[in-house]
Amino acid sequence: MVKYVLWFDETGKDAVNLVGGKVASLGELINAGFPIPPGFAVTSEAYKEFVRYNNLSETIGKMLAPLKDNMDDYILLEETSFRIRNLIESADMPKGVEEAISSAYHELEEETGVDNLRVAVRSSATAEDMDDASFAGQHDSYLNVKGVNQVINKVKRCWSSLFTPRVLPYRVKHGIKHHEALMGVAVQKMVNPRAAGVMFTLYPTTGRKDVVVIEAVWGLGEGLVSGLCTPDNYAVNKITFDVEEENISSKEMEIVYDKKQGKNIHNEVPKERRNVSCLSREELIELTKIGKKIEKYYSNPQDIEWAIDTDLKFPDNIFILQSRPETVWSRKKKDLPKPEGGVLDIIVSNIVTGKKLE
Amino acid sequence: MTENRRFPNPSDIETPPGAEGWERMYPYYYKFDDGSNKERFEYENKALWFYDGLHYPEPHYPFDLFWDECWFIALSQYNSRIFMMPPALGIDHRILNGYVYITPLGVSDPEKIEKRIEIFKKRAGYYYKNWDTLVKQWEEKMEGIIDDLENLEFPDLPEMEDESVVFEAKGISSGYLLLKEYQKLIDLGILAWQYHFEFLNLGYAAYLTFVDFCMKAFPGISMQVVARMVSGLDVILYRPDEELRKLAKLAIKLDLQDLFKGTVETDAILAEMEKTENGKKWLEEFEKAKHPWFYLSTGTGWYHTDKAWIDDLGIPLASIKGYIEMLEKGENIDRPLDQIREDRERIANEYRELLENEEDKRTFDELLGLAKVVFPYVENHLFYVEHWFHTVFWQKVRELAQIIARFGVIEGPEDIWFLTRFEVEQVLWDIVTSWATGTKPRGAIDWPPGIEERKKIYQKLKEWNPPPALGTPPDVITEPFTIMLWGITTERMKEWLETAATGEGEVTDEVRGFPGSPGIVEGPARVARNVEEIDQIQEGEILVAPTTSPSWAPAFTKIKAAVTDVGGIMCHAAIVCREYGLPAVVGTGHATKQIKTGDIIKVDGNNGVVKIIKRD
Repeated sequence: MVKYVLWFDETGKDAVNLVGGKVASLGELINAGFPIPPGFAVTSEAYKEFVRYNNLSETIGKMLAPLKDNMDDYILLEETSFRIRNLIESADMPKGVEEAISSAYHELEEETGVDNLRVAVRSSATAEDMDDASFAGQHDSYLNVKGVNQVINKVKRCWSSLFTPRVLPYRVKHGIKHHEALMGVAVQKMVNPRAAGVMFTLYPTTGRKDVVVIEAVWGLGEGLVSGLCTPDNYAVNKITFDVEEENISSKEMEIVYDKKQGKNIHNEVPKERRNVSCLSREELIELTKIGKKIEKYYSNPQDIEWAIDTDLKFPDNIFILQSRPETVWSRKKKDLPKPEGGVLDIIVSNIVTGKKLE
Repeated sequence: MTENRRFPNPSDIETPPGAEGWERMYPYYYKFDDGSNKERFEYENKALWFYDGLHYPEPHYPFDLFWDECWFIALSQYNSRIFMMPPALGIDHRILNGYVYITPLGVSDPEKIEKRIEIFKKRAGYYYKNWDTLVKQWEEKMEGIIDDLENLEFPDLPEMEDESVVFEAKGISSGYLLLKEYQKLIDLGILAWQYHFEFLNLGYAAYLTFVDFCMKAFPGISMQVVARMVSGLDVILYRPDEELRKLAKLAIKLDLQDLFKGTVETDAILAEMEKTENGKKWLEEFEKAKHPWFYLSTGTGWYHTDKAWIDDLGIPLASIKGYIEMLEKGENIDRPLDQIREDRERIANEYRELLENEEDKRTFDELLGLAKVVFPYVENHLFYVEHWFHTVFWQKVRELAQIIARFGVIEGPEDIWFLTRFEVEQVLWDIVTSWATGTKPRGAIDWPPGIEERKKIYQKLKEWNPPPALGTPPDVITEPFTIMLWGITTERMKEWLETAATGEGEVTDEVRGFPGSPGIVEGPARVARNVEEIDQIQEGEILVAPTTSPSWAPAFTKIKAAVTDVGGIMCHAAIVCREYGLPAVVGTGHATKQIKTGDIIKVDGNNGVVKIIKRD
């Protein structure tokens, strides 16, 4: 039986085609016991049903045809993208899909005990290479979405973001057919973060593997990603858990959710909080432990987004929002002494080399 | 290091006003050349001389320089003549305005190095292979000479010799014996330091090789983390403190804890103990612990002013009191040995797992294995030599000083430190000769005013700030001690050059030293100048001390971090803080002067920086 909605813990890396890379990764993490805010995925089957129900495939194919040999025509590209996105966003949601989303949303409300629950609605593309770092942020993502109607509306927008002017040429270049590009959508409870940021499970500039590097800002992590303010920066040894580096910067702005306006706003950080570390020592160490476990779980260095919830108590206040493989650092060959000649030879060569003063 | 970035030449440094003539307080060969000999002058200006603040935070008392003379020979000879450390010769010493400066010497001829390599491998290989057996022998040798030292007796010079000299036909006088015992005292001192370095150079070389491997394999890893993978658990430097913990538990078990209420009056406590059966039982254990564990200096042991527990039983008694109080509050005072052992294994294993192939893992295993074998000696020798031997030695010199003072050559026993060991020998000849002839020693006329003069000079030297380095930095340093103990690195050079540029004595809110133990922490400072002050330390304070020694151990169960004036990566404070997981910045030079009790300070044990955040 075709499923239009799957809970995160029902997914995993085998479900990439169904829910997209991002959700699959969240599912993996939840099942491995990591603290992920709860949520569900609208599957690619739902998208397919939507396309079928509204008979979109053929229409879209026709709309794209003139672009085929004119990918460099930016105006045409923009215009085509605009028209297709409009078409998708104004098409009707099939009853079955709508019901599935609606009941999942209500269940989530019940589970968290919050009416009109605030959720994030994020795209989760199924084509693996479209979800890697170089493509991050190309698909739509919506924060602070409330109520079934809004959720459904944003799901459609995520789907339509398969046709943004950035994405289309990429698919053409890589020979991905348009009807093969599918999309899952994550619907996830919003964390109400006191602080948030990123964590690399190795030292990004040197590739050092025994530390994690954590960057943190007050409020939502968007403040860091958007470059709104300079984050606090820490390096924690993941073996000894010593905090090896700590650079507290002056954080003048933060992005927080404003209840009255019902949206995220840029807020000036009060003076007494600006030069204070966003993270306590125990939070730093707990984050490091989680980072270390995630890295071990994937057997690869990771780039992790996290948040510290305002309302919950340590250690339940730490949430992992996303984890992706860290792709930038390439391993350098190290020139280490060989064991063949025995310890004595190594000692001799070490003494003879000495310490260079530059 | 480029030519233009250099330190002042020794000959550029002026004598502080009022300290003229300081040179006469030290052996002639410690003097920098004033230009009268071109060859020596050039050699001295081309070398890098750094101030040995690690061992000597204060200018030298003429007598105390003896230890420097001893290691001047001993360290050097093992590199240069015995083990034939391939590229390294000895460490040369000089004194400038009372402060010791040293420079490592190397072998530059590649052919010579090649030849030395073969010999070194054979000789060092023998020691590495038989390390544990040889160390056992070493401990016996050390205990033997400490025994000899304790058995030294300086005879008083009698009005008339006992008749046994005649009827037992001894054929010698007390005067002869006095001279002989002094020679023996000096001889034993030299011997202790010959032994001191028997294993140390090789120990450092093996350990440093492991450190270097880790630095290459895990770029950015701190020395402290490497030390944690290696450091021993059964290090005897912890034993004295463990004895105190045991005595505290015993006091409670025997229901004697009330004797430790109020201020600690040594005589009163010991007298009360004598009165009961349980008290006597406790005293018995107390006596057993004394030898040798109370021969623990409260300083580094290098200065005669460093008091040992045995010299003032109030120090260990106050610590026992502290432990009793903790026990009564239900606190655990045992070292978390299992935890430490587990951590050590875990850290080493997890680092090993970061290596990329089996070959590297094998190298890691072998180097770590050897480092673990050599490390206990690297830590333990300190107790035998600097603490135990030195403590007995200072006691013996004080005994001798009583006799010299009786003949009026010095005004009180504590004036002996203003004479060099060579001068003391002359003084003894002076005394014995005049005793034999029935006259008065000449020294009684010359030395008292001479010593007064020296005290004034010493005071002036104490007020002077020695520059961190002199002369020209070399391109490469190969001498293991220079790297490991004094941490001579590019960064250190830069720092020194900066210090030289900004000048001394500026008030700053930052104090720099060696990163002794990792971690960053903020809290109120407690400046304790000596071990007697540690009972004032409150839970959660940051200890700021000139230096620490095992007798400070009770302090480490309360504090959040430690900062010291003196010490390197292997100093007591660094070792203990690593064990307890507390940040430490050591070897800051002047933290106790710059920081005040109650200041809120931030200790960054990763980078060796202490910041004064708030002062009321």
